[in-house]
Amino acid sequence: MANDFYNLDSVLSEEERAVRDTIRSFVDEKVLPVIGDCYIEGRFPKELIPEMAELGMFGANLPEEYGCAGLNNVAYGLIMHELERGDSGVRSFASVQGALVMYPIYAFGSEEQKRHYLPKMAHGELIGCFGLTEPDYGSNPSGMITRAREQKDGSWVINGAKMWITNGSTADVAIVWAKTGDDKSDKSIRGFIVPTDSAGFTAKDQKGKLSLRASDTSELVLQDVKVGADCLLPKSGGIKSPLMCLTQARYGIAWGAMGAAQACYEEALTYAGNRVMFGKPIAGFQLQQQRLADMLTELVKGQLLALHLGRLKDAGTFSPQQVSLAKRNNVSVATDIAREARRLLGANGILAEYSSMRHMANLESVYTYEGTHDVHTLILGQAVTGLSAFE
Amino acid sequence: MEISAVKLAVCVKRVPDMDVRFRIGADNVSVDEAGLKFDLNDFDAWAVEAALQLKDKNAGSEVTVISLGPDIVQETIRKGLSMGADRGVHLKADKVPFDGFAVASALAAELKSGGYDLILFGKMSPDSSNGVVGQMVAEMLQLPCVSAISSLEIASGKGTAKRELEGAQEIVEFPLPAVLTVDEGLNTARLPSLKGIMAAKKKPLESKPAQLPQPQLTVTRLELPPERQAGRIIGEGAAAVPELVKLLQTEAKVL
Amino acid sequence: MANVFAFVETRGSEVRKVGLEAVTAARMLADKTGGGEVHALLLGPPGISAKAQQLGQHGADVVIVVENPALANYNPEAATATAAERIKSGGYRAAVFSTSAQGRDLAPRVAARLGVSVVTDVLSFDIQGQNIVVRHPMNIGKVIATISMSGTPAIIAMRPNVIAPAQNPKAGRIENAQPAADPASTRVKVLETKQGSRDKLDLAEAPVVVAGGRGLKAAENFKLVEDLASAFGNAAVGATRAVTDDGWRPHADQIGQTGRLVSPELYVAVGISGAVQHLAGMRTSKTIVAINKDKDAPIFKVADYGIVGDVFEVVPALTDAVREAKKHH
Repeated sequence: MANDFYNLDSVLSEEERAVRDTIRSFVDEKVLPVIGDCYIEGRFPKELIPEMAELGMFGANLPEEYGCAGLNNVAYGLIMHELERGDSGVRSFASVQGALVMYPIYAFGSEEQKRHYLPKMAHGELIGCFGLTEPDYGSNPSGMITRAREQKDGSWVINGAKMWITNGSTADVAIVWAKTGDDKSDKSIRGFIVPTDSAGFTAKDQKGKLSLRASDTSELVLQDVKVGADCLLPKSGGIKSPLMCLTQARYGIAWGAMGAAQACYEEALTYAGNRVMFGKPIAGFQLQQQRLADMLTELVKGQLLALHLGRLKDAGTFSPQQVSLAKRNNVSVATDIAREARRLLGANGILAEYSSMRHMANLESVYTYEGTHDVHTLILGQAVTGLSAFE
Repeated sequence: MEISAVKLAVCVKRVPDMDVRFRIGADNVSVDEAGLKFDLNDFDAWAVEAALQLKDKNAGSEVTVISLGPDIVQETIRKGLSMGADRGVHLKADKVPFDGFAVASALAAELKSGGYDLILFGKMSPDSSNGVVGQMVAEMLQLPCVSAISSLEIASGKGTAKRELEGAQEIVEFPLPAVLTVDEGLNTARLPSLKGIMAAKKKPLESKPAQLPQPQLTVTRLELPPERQAGRIIGEGAAAVPELVKLLQTEAKVL
Repeated sequence: MANVFAFVETRGSEVRKVGLEAVTAARMLADKTGGGEVHALLLGPPGISAKAQQLGQHGADVVIVVENPALANYNPEAATATAAERIKSGGYRAAVFSTSAQGRDLAPRVAARLGVSVVTDVLSFDIQGQNIVVRHPMNIGKVIATISMSGTPAIIAMRPNVIAPAQNPKAGRIENAQPAADPASTRVKVLETKQGSRDKLDLAEAPVVVAGGRGLKAAENFKLVEDLASAFGNAAVGATRAVTDDGWRPHADQIGQTGRLVSPELYVAVGISGAVQHLAGMRTSKTIVAINKDKDAPIFKVADYGIVGDVFEVVPALTDAVREAKKHH
């Protein structure tokens, strides 16, 4: 039974509710039955990709003319919320495909690139990944050392390594960000659509993860990878380009985190009602009620924050700093909600048959990726004081 | 097997989610709707799916979704459209009567001149739980009817279906046009795709007053059933069996 | 004084228990409305007339016997035409059917043909002034509606097992009649009938139901449930939606919101967690016993008696104990 304590449904349109309902049903029927095992096995449920594509989840807020669903941003956020109610790894797949692969092609690509790639990606026929982060350059992507050198015939040769790349080993194409100039300046950063079967390109899964296990996380190594001129994203330029993509993804994450939080809260509430100790359900004890009340409060606040942000985005007036505030807050409160739910579940809470600990572990990755909590702190600090405290 | 276009109608009802504790409204004859979530009911969703599968198999076919009730039922019609139906008809009425005969009369009046090859209903809706409207519409339209089907094939002017009776299963053949009511097990209803949800807004949805007769049934009271007395766990494992048998004999007196 | 019509459901040459329930209910209704006659319609293959006496024993003043080879199985069109014609010409105050699979199909058709309403799954009936008033479960049994029926005749279909067939001998005078539509020439044709086991008690009629769920782990383990059912002797075997969806048991055995609704004297839930949609199908059982290894399973909240334990240990022990208890009965 879904929680809607503040009746958010009353401020969603019929289409937004219908979109939310479809993804919710998909997650309940297809994701939840398998995700615990996938998490333990350390694999992304690839077999779900065709159905996710058919339902229209990839690049859902991109225009219909490119084969996408053409939804507004609130509906897009609701998709992320419901997917992450299933698992952060599943939502990450959709975030990457939509916001980090399809979006840069849409925003920075030529018309041919858009027409060639976007419909196939919407249909799940081509999977992409986003190559920005490097082993030594996480929070500071401007410092990247991956380089792309233009050849006489207009093609490019790319050298470098990327790390922590979701979908890396599954992807057909990688959106690789590389410096094209001779100096360390981030102004020369441009994006390239690199087919992953190019000579010199390897993707290797990173093993031993204790978080985001139902997701492919890979290292990419590019050794003299040659790509044609038509692989450059012509409108890309400077660090701003990949950051714009991140803003799109972070927006979805602000919603997604609350989905994970909602799953944990509902699990805790149901469990508390059934679990009998000292002769009554633990839901009747003051400390558990406080837990539940605190969880519910942060859940509602975070959802309202995401919803308003979505309305601003649809109005065309939102800023990346506003997204930072929502991502930072929502992921942080979601990690707290997941942890408290885990604790309420007691010993049962460490089992994979309950979802709270899986969400708890996943959310640690979500706390760190797409701009760590701390980075967003400094973004907000700079936004309000005018002073950069990054260095 | 001849593939030929078929004209299909599905009658649907918007019902509340059943997975809740209901409260009786202050008037004592209705359920308190505060906090209830409504949707197309499962049986009707299977009926819509059956129509869509026939449409998928028979090029040029058309599916019309019809519902009776206040304006809000247009959302339920649009759900059918978002699943893939082509047009909707809303028969406007302030309230959905409990009386299935009244509902069937209004539906039959609408369906009569539609030229439908097949009219589909869910076997029953979980709120009124009466399960009568489809069969009544068939009688009113003097069409052959097969109720509670769990399999369906259509080919060149006729169809075959499977239905369950107590202790037996029947395979029946029927001519078109016909009325069918759909039971669980016929299919799994498709989820509306996101594109389908967007497309639904653009499909034709006609609204007109329902031609309802005076109802012959009146709900005079609604009440919650008595709570079951709390039971108890009497023991663990096979060791508890003798105690259980004793209680079944002496206390429950069922053995 | 108002006469009441009863449709007596048959299976081949047998009268089904729900048929006797319908006659008993009609008798009760007639007595409540001033003691009119009960006319019972008995459709069946040649030889069904032998059952007329039993109907008289249960309160039928008149038994209308319609015999025809094509009535050996339920024939919706012939049954509808015959019942409707008789009800119309007989000027009955009410007509009682059963909420069986057959009755669910038949009663609404007859009502529509007569231009009147119908209430199915009726739990009880009464007279209030000029109206017949019935109680009927709504919202998967979570709400009980009291419904006033102003039309005549009032068509009702009784829930199985709520009216116990009662002896109340009346004349049972036989009237032979013809079907009002040719049973051999129907628009809908039965191509094939797969009979289930004849001696299997129907779920809705059995006094005891033993049902199994996921806790049985595999389809073959349903033998445990079947053995327990045979130990009771008068039990039917049911299943949850989870196991019927997986194909362990036929869909017809499913007890739940979208499956069968049952109200037996005793319901034994074996390895069933107690999902809401399952409870909807059995929560009106008079006594509920649950056996499950998880003491937090929701089924224990509705069970009168629960045993927490491994079904593979508890159920065989219970089967033996029940067999013993029945022996000494």
